Formats: sequence, C-alpha cells, structure tokens
Amino acid sequence: MTSLNKLNHIVIIGAGHNGLVCAAYLAKAGKKVTVIEAASQVGGAAATREFAPGFRVSSCAHLLTMLDKDISRDLQLESHGLSMARKNLSTIALGQDGEHLVVSGDQVDGKVSSADQVAFKEYRRFMSRFAKVIGKLHNRIPPRFASGNRSDLIQLGKLALDIRLLGRDDMREFLRIAGINIYDVLQENFNSDLLKGALAMDGVLGAFSGPRSNNSVFTALHRLSGNTSDPAGSLSLPRGGMGAVSDALASAARKHGVQIRTSCPVARITMEGDRVVGVELANGEQVLADAVVSNADPKTTFLGLLGARNLEAGFAQKIKNTRAKGNAAKLHLALSGLPEFTGLRAEQLGERLVIAPDLHYIEKAFNHCKYGEYSARPALEIVFPSVSDASLAPAGHHVMSAIVQYAPHELKGGWAAGKSAFTDVVLDLLEQYAPDIRSKAVMAEMLTPLDIEREFRMTGGHWHHGELSLDQFLMLRPVPGAAQYATPVNGLYLCGAGSHPGGGVMGSAGRNAAKALLAR
Amino acid sequence: MKKYDAIVIGAGHNGITNAAYLAKAGLSVLMVEKNPWIGGASVSRELHKGWMYSNCSYVCSLLRPEVYRSLNLARYGLQVVPYGGSVTMAQNGDILGSYVDEDVARREIARHSKRDSDAVVRYHRDIMRQCRFIRKFLLRTAPDPTSFRMRDIREMLFLGKEASKLGEEGLYEMMRFYTMNLKDFLDEYFESPLIKAAYAGSGIIGSALGVMSPGTAYVLLHHAMGEVDGNPGAWGFARGGMGAIAKAMNACFEEYGGQTVLGSGVKQIMVKNGAVTGVALDNGDEHYADVVVSNMTFPRTFLECMDAKDLEPSFLKKVRNFKIRGSSGKLNIALDGLPDFPALRGNTELIKGDMHLIDSIERLERAYDDWKDGMWSQDPYIDMLIPSLTDPTMAPPGKHFMSVFVQYVPPKVHGEEWTDAQRDQFGQTVINQINDYAPGFKDLILHAEVRTPRELENEVGLTEGNIFQGELTMDQLMFNRPIPGFAQYRGPAKGLYMCGSSNHPGGGVMAAPGANAAREILLDLRKPNTVPEGWVDD
Repeated sequence: MTSLNKLNHIVIIGAGHNGLVCAAYLAKAGKKVTVIEAASQVGGAAATREFAPGFRVSSCAHLLTMLDKDISRDLQLESHGLSMARKNLSTIALGQDGEHLVVSGDQVDGKVSSADQVAFKEYRRFMSRFAKVIGKLHNRIPPRFASGNRSDLIQLGKLALDIRLLGRDDMREFLRIAGINIYDVLQENFNSDLLKGALAMDGVLGAFSGPRSNNSVFTALHRLSGNTSDPAGSLSLPRGGMGAVSDALASAARKHGVQIRTSCPVARITMEGDRVVGVELANGEQVLADAVVSNADPKTTFLGLLGARNLEAGFAQKIKNTRAKGNAAKLHLALSGLPEFTGLRAEQLGERLVIAPDLHYIEKAFNHCKYGEYSARPALEIVFPSVSDASLAPAGHHVMSAIVQYAPHELKGGWAAGKSAFTDVVLDLLEQYAPDIRSKAVMAEMLTPLDIEREFRMTGGHWHHGELSLDQFLMLRPVPGAAQYATPVNGLYLCGAGSHPGGGVMGSAGRNAAKALLAR
Repeated sequence: MKKYDAIVIGAGHNGITNAAYLAKAGLSVLMVEKNPWIGGASVSRELHKGWMYSNCSYVCSLLRPEVYRSLNLARYGLQVVPYGGSVTMAQNGDILGSYVDEDVARREIARHSKRDSDAVVRYHRDIMRQCRFIRKFLLRTAPDPTSFRMRDIREMLFLGKEASKLGEEGLYEMMRFYTMNLKDFLDEYFESPLIKAAYAGSGIIGSALGVMSPGTAYVLLHHAMGEVDGNPGAWGFARGGMGAIAKAMNACFEEYGGQTVLGSGVKQIMVKNGAVTGVALDNGDEHYADVVVSNMTFPRTFLECMDAKDLEPSFLKKVRNFKIRGSSGKLNIALDGLPDFPALRGNTELIKGDMHLIDSIERLERAYDDWKDGMWSQDPYIDMLIPSLTDPTMAPPGKHFMSVFVQYVPPKVHGEEWTDAQRDQFGQTVINQINDYAPGFKDLILHAEVRTPRELENEVGLTEGNIFQGELTMDQLMFNRPIPGFAQYRGPAKGLYMCGSSNHPGGGVMAAPGANAAREILLDLRKPNTVPEGWVDD
C-alpha cells in the first residue's frame, strides 16, 4: 500500500462536523485536503437554519453535550468564534399537574422524597463513572479481535483494566447494567414517576427503543460519556445555534489550509482497478485524490456513492443490514413571545424541558413507532434557545426547538399525509402544558426523519448515521471490517457518525479517522 | 434428631439432581419438598381421571446428556422420544411445516420463499455455531471476573481461549448475536413473514421481552442448545410425561441411599453464627445439617425462608431487585378426540409436533404490548402439543392430552392479584384462539386446567410464575446469575448453597444448575467429585 506520507491530496466527502474535524487534523499534519459539500453551507446536521424570516434554530441537534475538549483546544475553536450562550442547563421534568421537578447536576428539587434525592446523587455518581469507561474509548481506534496485532491486544487490555479499576462493587454493577434497560434500573432506584420519566428520556433519545428495551442504559451512558471539561452530560447552547460549532470548525480548517467547496454534490466515488482514485461531482467534474474520506453515512458511502458492485458481496450485505432508521422528529416554532407554561417562571424556559411524565408514558409512545405509527402522545425534549441567545429571533420574539419521539422514518400512509396531523398532535400536547403556545406560534416547522434524511443526506434520517447500540458499537460500528476507519476498499476511509464512537457533535470520529489515515 | 450431611430444599429436577450427586459421593442427604409429590415443574399429574398431564414443563431437550448418562437415568426408566416436525399456522389458512427430512423441510420453506430456503441453511449453521460455544459452559461454574483467585483466572482464560477459537469474524458475530433483537436478527436472513414468525417464537418463550427487544436473540439460543439422542436442537417427550424425568432421577437418588420428606415446606433455613444448621419445616419438624442447598427460586430462598437478620441489607436489596417476572401461562386439556385443524388435513406428521398459531412479527410484538400493560395477550402466542399422539400412556385410547403454552401472561393483572374469574377469562381467550384454527375444538374439551403465573407460583413455588426462575437477560446470565458475586452456587451464609435455575445456566429442564452446585459443594467438603464437567459431544 502506498504510504500516505507520499499522498498529495485527500478529498473529504461532506462538511459535517466530523468531516471538518478530520480535514483540520489532516491539514494540520501537512496534508492537502479538499472538503466537498453538497449543501450551500457547512455543518451537515450540525447547522443553524432560518426557518422563518428572522427566526433561526439549530436544525438537528440542539444541545451541545459531548464536543471533545481536546478538539476544541487543538483547533482553537474559541478563537474561531465559538462561544456558549448558556452552559449547564438544568432539566425540568414537566408534570401534568403543573408540579415540576428541576434536575441540576446531582440535585433534584421539587416534589420528590428525600430518599429519591439521595438515590439520585448515587445514580449520578455511578452513571458518570460508568460513562467514563465508555468515554475513554471515544478517542481510540477500535481494536480488532484476534488480529495478532499487539496494539489491538493492548487496547483490549486497557478496556479490561478501565473496567477493573472501577473497583469490585462498581465493576459488578457496570457489568450487570451496561447491557440492560433503563426501566429496570430506574425502578430499582427511584419512586417518583416524574423523575423516572425524565431520566428515562436520556436512555431513549434518538434511539429505536423504549425504556424497557435493553440497550437503553447504554444510550444513557453514551450521552454522559463526552470527553468534556464540564461535568458529565452537562448541556450547553452554542451562541448562534449549532451552526456556530461548524462555522468555527470550518474556519479552523481553512486556517490550516483546507479548501472547502460547498454546493458541490458528489455523484460517485471513482475507482481505478481496486483502488479509489477520487470523486466525480454531480456537474461531471473529476476530482482526483490519493485517498477519499467519507463523512457520509455508511449506506450512502458504500451502496450509494461507491456502488455495491465494487464491494465483496458479504460486506455489502453487512452494510445493508446496518440499522439506521430515525425515530425522532424535530419541531421548530417561531413565537411572537414566550409562552406561559403552567407552574414555570419565564426565565425557567431557558432550561431544558422534558415532557415524559412516567416510564409507561414513554413506553406507550414507543409502541406506536414499532408498527410504523407516530406516537399518539409523544415524549418531548424542548429548549427555547432564544431565551439565552437573542440573536436567534427578532427582538421580543422567540424560537422553540423540540425533539419529538417517536416518529418512524417509514410512516404507514406516508409522511406527506401524516405530517400536519402529527404537528397538531404535538401542539395539542404542548398546549396542555402551555395553554397559550398555539396563539403565540407564528410559524411551525416539523422535520420528520424523512425530511432529515432528504435535507442532510442521512440514510434513514438517523442522527447517529445508524442506531447507536451495543451491536453497532466500537469494533462493530458500522460493521466489522470497516470499524477502524479504513475500509476494505483501498484508499477509502470513513469519518462520520456511522463510525465509532457515533454522533452527538463530538468530533471524535473525525479525529480518529485522521489519526488512522496518518498512521498508514 | 439425626444430623445429615446435606439437606436439599425442593424436589424439582435440579434439587433431585443435586441430591443424587451428593448421595453418590457418599453423603447422607435429606430432600424436603412442600408438595406431596416430587418433580417441581418437571411433573406428571393425573388431574383428570385417565389423563396424565405434564402440567408445567412439557417437552424435553435441554436435559444435559452428561447428567442423563452419569446418573444412569435410562436404567431408572427414563425414555425421551423425539418428535418430528412442527408447524406454524397462519390466520389465512396457510402453514409452514417443519420436517425431519432436510429435503422436505427445505422444499416447504422454498414454497414460501426460494431465497429463504437458501438462507435457512446459513441460519441453522450460525445458530449451531453459537450453541456449540455456549454448551461448553453449561456444566461449568462461571468465573468471577472481579476475582484474582487462581481458579477464576483459569476459568476466564478458558473462556478467552474458547472464544478465540471462534475466530475474528465469529467473535464479532457473537457480540452482535448477544445484543441484537430477534426481529433484526431474523430480518438479516429471511424475507417471508411466516418464516420469521415461526422462528421468532422460541426467542420469547418464558421471556419478559418482545421480539423487538434487544437481547432476545439469546433466548432463541437457550431453546436451541439442547438435544435428543445426540441430535442437536431436537426436542422430545419424556415417556409418561415430564414427571418421568424427576422420577428417574429420584430412583437414582434413592438407590444411593437418599431420603425424602414430602408434604411440608420449609419455614426457615436456620442459621447460627453465620453458618447454616438445618431447616425448620412448616409442620414443626426440624432437620439438621451443615450443608443446606436450596432448589427454590432466589427470592423465595432469601425473602421467604430466611430470617432477614441473618442477611446483609445490601444483599437483600439485590434479592428484591432480581428480575423474575412471569410472562407465560399454560392450559392442560383433556380431549375427547383429536382436534381437526383444516390447515393440517391430510398431514399426519405435523400434528405430532409443536403447533404455533402466529403469522407475523407484529402480532408477536403486540402480544407483548398487552403484557407491558398488565394484561394477558388478547391475541396470544401459543405453542401447543398433543403428546398422546406419540406417547399413548398420557390419555385413554382414542382420547388425547393437549398441552398449550401461552405467551404472554402477566404475573399480576394491572398490578392486582389474579382472580379466579380472570383466570377463566384468560382460559377462554386461549380456547377461542385455538378454536379459530380448529373449528369444533371447544366441544372436544372434557377437562381443562388453566394456569396463570399465580398458579405456577402457588403450586410450584416459581416466584411471580417465571418459568426460568429468573429472567434470562444479560444482567442475569453467567457470572451475573443470580447476582454478581453470588454466581458460584454459594449463598451468603456458610454451608448455604443454591442449586435452582435462578443460577447459571438458567432454566429449562437442563439439570445443569443442580449438577454444578453439587460439584461446588463436594469441592468445599473435600469429597471426590461425582459430577461430570464440560464434556460435550461435539
């Protein structure tokens, strides 16, 4: 194989946050890098959109929890304009009776027993510790099994050691709960239905699972596992929306000499013999490269841009079998003023609000999704970013951004027919908590997984480019054989959320991919 | 009063197995059983004159051949007769038959999907690969991964060595297999909804999970890792009903000098200075021994039969958190004649095996949704058999015994105890379901015993009616079963052991927990080992 030191030109398909991180690190190491983006702006799903005149909102992910602190430092994102409008948001679990719970750090305030308050401190403690074990994997290239490679063995040994270092009791608890469902874990620890509901939300966000589905503990742990300087899982609102993160990354990448071409959809990855030699753009232009790194999701990369005929049949089948069906919709509201939530003070709307009054409520919402229906009573994660960041809406006006679960990618009867009805379902639900919200809504935009798929070119509209679950994690992500960022196709690499350690505006996949390329 | 070397509480198949191995090693063993009969859930009962019901477990495959041979169960009269096919019946009258003859079986699948008939070869190969791996660990004690004892390290290395034999690809496949849900797993192989539904059934039997819950692929394995006469994955009837297994084991136990007290349950396991001293029975008798082995479920042992002051509060909390939710019910039916399934007319083979009434993954999952709501499934999954077609001792000539296993049935109805009226309604739901596929079925019923988790708990002692003595999820498998730190059959008091299915490797009439526990006890007592370890046929 050609040593990469001799490589002149690397093309990255897609200027999502991982593509930009990968580009910046490669350029920093002296490579010539071109990023080719189909959309007119950078950022992919980490973007800010103006959905109504003067009203802007983070189009997909709306809270920053996991951005890797080493990446921020290495790329000096602050000097490239990234700042937080608000840090350490509390979570407010909205009660149907107007009695809410406020969760901040390891504190719960509101109508909960002191036993629950004590249990929550302990829950936070062990979940944060376990998350750290997972977090340590984020900046490593996943090891392979049985490759006889020393560094793989060392990696596996490190993982075993990290688990062992939890100490006997925590290690046992980690091995017990890491693979199971959050319903059982919460039932073991808490009494308050409202608290359990809000905490369960972390175990199902973005996933095809209800609280009772195994793997939901892992989802919750993953959310806490970011390598950040803030306490595990703390939530921030970037000033200017999530697009600001991408803009800072793009600016850093450019500074290191990366060329970014927007509005240039890639039509296909071109091959010569058994080697990738570049990409062909939709306008017919050929861009030659010594290596191509794809920030697109694995299905788009392999089955769309490369074509199954260029793959070994078993591998193509595995890619086809990866699960990447989005289950979450986004609702954006342009508001003439802040709505009044029963039992909430106006400034509390700057926090993260959760509508998931109990475990069974979420589970019932999930039931619909299994059969291709949207939830009759969905679970919501809501933020009003304009409360902390006035630049997002005209003066005196506000925006609301909500993740709505569950909305299946493939809706029975189709989204064309179902979308407005589902929007009404969500608005009806919101009205029960904030009776004046409809009257203040100037405009509503609903992004279903199908819209997300089309807008951001993510197969299935899944914000992690593929279900983030134990059977698609670490050396299994996206599939064995392509989990170390290099793929079975010479000269083709992956750097997106479909690779380890997944999405969530972390940047780790992009950086790991750069590391893997540079190590060649 | 005489002091025994060991007392075994509960004459379920694991209890008797355990007692037999201990007696075989020369120990004086007393077995105590609350019911006036032995067998636990491995039992045949004449509940309607002339009919023998396997009224709990109903088919045999998982029983470890090592146990069968080393306890000489054949000599004590146990015969396991394999049955041939099975059939899945769809609502539209179509069927999917499964036949012993591989060519016939493949042709039948090809009738539904040409592609699936190729896939089925891969499917069975992949399942068998997983089975062959896990079987090696059934008759071994799981290592404690937190321990630095030589023995645990050696066992961990053994596990690593066996795993590495799977090869790189095999390891990835195994990791996925254990964490996937059954629906996704089957989708990777098959396209026909009926074929998927047919294979999905055994992934949820006895489980509080739905086919779309991650972790269900493992339960599938749990039902595929057995054998009959060396035929992997085959299932059979114990001649005379499942009680024949317990009976043969008990005959062996008695021949080694074991004694049994029937008809009185254990009131309390007596502990003095952190060590067991014996058991006090409900009838007031006390029996003494330095070793007490419980075949009861994990919660029943510690929450009902021990004094809380003898146990650590943190241990008790973990016992209370042990997951043992019942999810199954059973109907045992005496029939006046053979039911007529129009879909099976002219096919004399298929009616002899498992008959399933299901045709889509969605129906299975919706059945689970009802359970989550605290209700029995309105459109239940049914696994039914007519053992009397194969074993004429089960019913009078011309009449039949039908065993109907039902998934899902909750341990409580909307959080409240079952009432008799609800039990009967549940029975009607099931009978109506069968009647839809076999018109006139209702009129053949001479007697029916309806068992919800409540009946299973009250009669057999299975907490919450869970047939595996504890759910088979990752938090309760291997070194996590029943709870981490107590997965080597030893309880928290000196001389206290656990030998029921709450322990590794779990439920099914396997006899492995009973055998493994006996090995550990003999090790602690420094007695010669009488229990086979990990020799497998393949």
